[in-house]
Amino acid sequence: MSQAEKSQAEKSQAERALSSDPRGSRNPLWTLGLLRSEITTLLRRHRTYALLGVLAAVPVLIGIAVRIETGGGGSGGAGGPDGGAGPAFLAQVTNNGVFLVFAALAATLPVFLPMAVGVVAGDAIAGEASSGTLRYLLVAPAGRTRLLLVKYASVLAFCLIATLVVAASALAVGALLFPVGEVTTISGTRIGIGEGLVRAGLTALVVAVSLTGFAALGLFVSTLTGSGIGAMAATVGLLITVQILDSIPQLSGVHPYLFAHYWMSFADVLREPVHWDDLVKNFQLQGLYVAVFGSAAWARFTAKDVTA
Amino acid sequence: MAPNDSAETTGEATSTVVGRRKAARYIVPVAVAGVAAATIGLVPALASSGDPDLPKISAQELVEKIAASDEEQLSGTFKISTDLGLPLDGLAGSLAPGGEGKDGGKDGGAAAPQDKLMELTSGTHTLRGAADGPERQKLSILGDASEYSVIHNQGEVWAYDSKSDEVYHAEAPEGREDGGHAEKAPKAPKAPKGAPATPKDFAEQALAAVGDTTSVTVDGTAQVAGRDAYQLLIKPKQSGSTIGSVRIAVDAENGVPLKFTLSAASGGKAVVDAGFTKVDFAKPAASTFAFTPPKGAKVTEADEPATGKDEHGAAQKALPGQLAELDGLAGEGGFNVIGKGWTSIAEIKSPGGKGLPEAGSDEMPAEAQGFIDALGDKVTGKFGSGTVFKTRLVNALLTDDGSVYVGAVTKDALVRAADAAAK
Repeated sequence: MSQAEKSQAEKSQAERALSSDPRGSRNPLWTLGLLRSEITTLLRRHRTYALLGVLAAVPVLIGIAVRIETGGGGSGGAGGPDGGAGPAFLAQVTNNGVFLVFAALAATLPVFLPMAVGVVAGDAIAGEASSGTLRYLLVAPAGRTRLLLVKYASVLAFCLIATLVVAASALAVGALLFPVGEVTTISGTRIGIGEGLVRAGLTALVVAVSLTGFAALGLFVSTLTGSGIGAMAATVGLLITVQILDSIPQLSGVHPYLFAHYWMSFADVLREPVHWDDLVKNFQLQGLYVAVFGSAAWARFTAKDVTA
Repeated sequence: MAPNDSAETTGEATSTVVGRRKAARYIVPVAVAGVAAATIGLVPALASSGDPDLPKISAQELVEKIAASDEEQLSGTFKISTDLGLPLDGLAGSLAPGGEGKDGGKDGGAAAPQDKLMELTSGTHTLRGAADGPERQKLSILGDASEYSVIHNQGEVWAYDSKSDEVYHAEAPEGREDGGHAEKAPKAPKAPKGAPATPKDFAEQALAAVGDTTSVTVDGTAQVAGRDAYQLLIKPKQSGSTIGSVRIAVDAENGVPLKFTLSAASGGKAVVDAGFTKVDFAKPAASTFAFTPPKGAKVTEADEPATGKDEHGAAQKALPGQLAELDGLAGEGGFNVIGKGWTSIAEIKSPGGKGLPEAGSDEMPAEAQGFIDALGDKVTGKFGSGTVFKTRLVNALLTDDGSVYVGAVTKDALVRAADAAAK
């Protein structure tokens, strides 16, 4: 973080701490105020813009690549004879721009999206600690539990914003470059464009929820160290490790407990009727991760010596 | 919690107390993880203990119930796990060369059903089926972020592979439902009704073997897909079979088979475990069977009218498929069935009269020979010598003079059959 940015962050943290009325600490609106200032700080960061910009660029790249590859003719899938190459849904993009939303989410979910979330979550506590602003926040009589909850809520807000940025960018690019019309679900049935868009929105929500477990894990890592970079690196490292473990068939016994295992279940939203089994498993697993690592983060953070 | 309860270190004694209190907080995440682990472990155990209490019924009555079942409308999710114990995944295809050739190989395009169905012979797959009378059926294999669907709607058969966005289209000939299936499973007591890929297909094949060779009993009750069911237990009376038992869960209300489990005589995990995880006997929505190729998707037309295999193949291939395909060899020269019932063995004399090429000969490099040897066991007997290729269910003896003995029987039974044939 540059010196100017640091001083700016420090100032805004101090504002956050000082602007609050000590008597209002029992007022839930006060927590909302803290959350609002937290999210505003998050969204004002250059780093956040960079992350969201990269995420928004992925659908643009996919769209242009598919467009060039097929010459806009629309005959034949982009997947080639094997059909299986590349991210899911790529073959359908040529004929229906709405599928770019699903293709883009399928392409960004394994790495880009969680990486961005990992950076934000890893930085949540450790970043404050390393830039020396954590103690300002603790001056306010908000309590550490509440601060942690607000931090987690802002990370969750980022999960949703990041996913929606990918989906919106994909929808815009898809509508610009490809024809848009009735959506053929992967079960072969047809749904209208309106319902197709509803499914796309639902898919984005499912993807955002899929990231909550990982966000909690990142928050826990963030409470372990005073180094923002260290926490981000560890969180992203965990992500890569889990993705590798999930791809080793010999470890199939462990797979159902890995947070990334059911991520691709968002595609089940596109079946007709929607196949809920894996989606429900995904939600349960994310809930479990949130409960375990959320409480671990609480245990660590409320008992931690804050020296910076 | 009090605000700003940062740790204070004012003295030795307090710091120990504070340290303990700090450590105590970690009990929360550990407890959450523990409760979750216990729930995951206990819930299935608790759920499975609740076998429904149903009136007693004889095996005869239960089989009749299956036969009388005329549910033509259903939809559901179906899970099939197969563990044939093949040395290699791809070997399934090479074990049944006759069937493969008849299917026309690869000329059907990427979305042709034949290639997909072979995938079902290993691993666990989730399928979805829907049926509305003999004129409309749909079967989907759920893949990762993709789906492969075969839809039969009033004379037209569509197959759609969402992964490659390719479509396969064929006209269904008249009466293909009965004709096609009877050909594939000549031993079935009656042609099945419309329901595709339900446990019904499995059940009828298993019941075909009923006779003095088989014991059929009702073995308690079970809950399958939330419905009360009787369990029909079928066991071979003959020794030498690799099949341990066949268990079919039959819906107590309407007699539709809901679950099919085939266990090997050697024990262990079920060879085939196929059953509904969700089933609904209401009429499926008409839109389920409507299919128009998506704009721009590649459509492959079938060269000739498809056989009934499209719909029923999936279920059959998974287990009896291999046997059924061997039946397909019957028309070709040198095919003979030894024995009957569970221990019947197919004997195939190859026209050339040649077995596996000798080691070191021009036909096969030494590495390949070593590979073949690694897959099979060398055996000798009165018939000479040969190689036994084993799976958990089907064993095959390939003699050096080129005969092949295949059956769901043990290695010893194969050798005995070969000895008897050599006399």
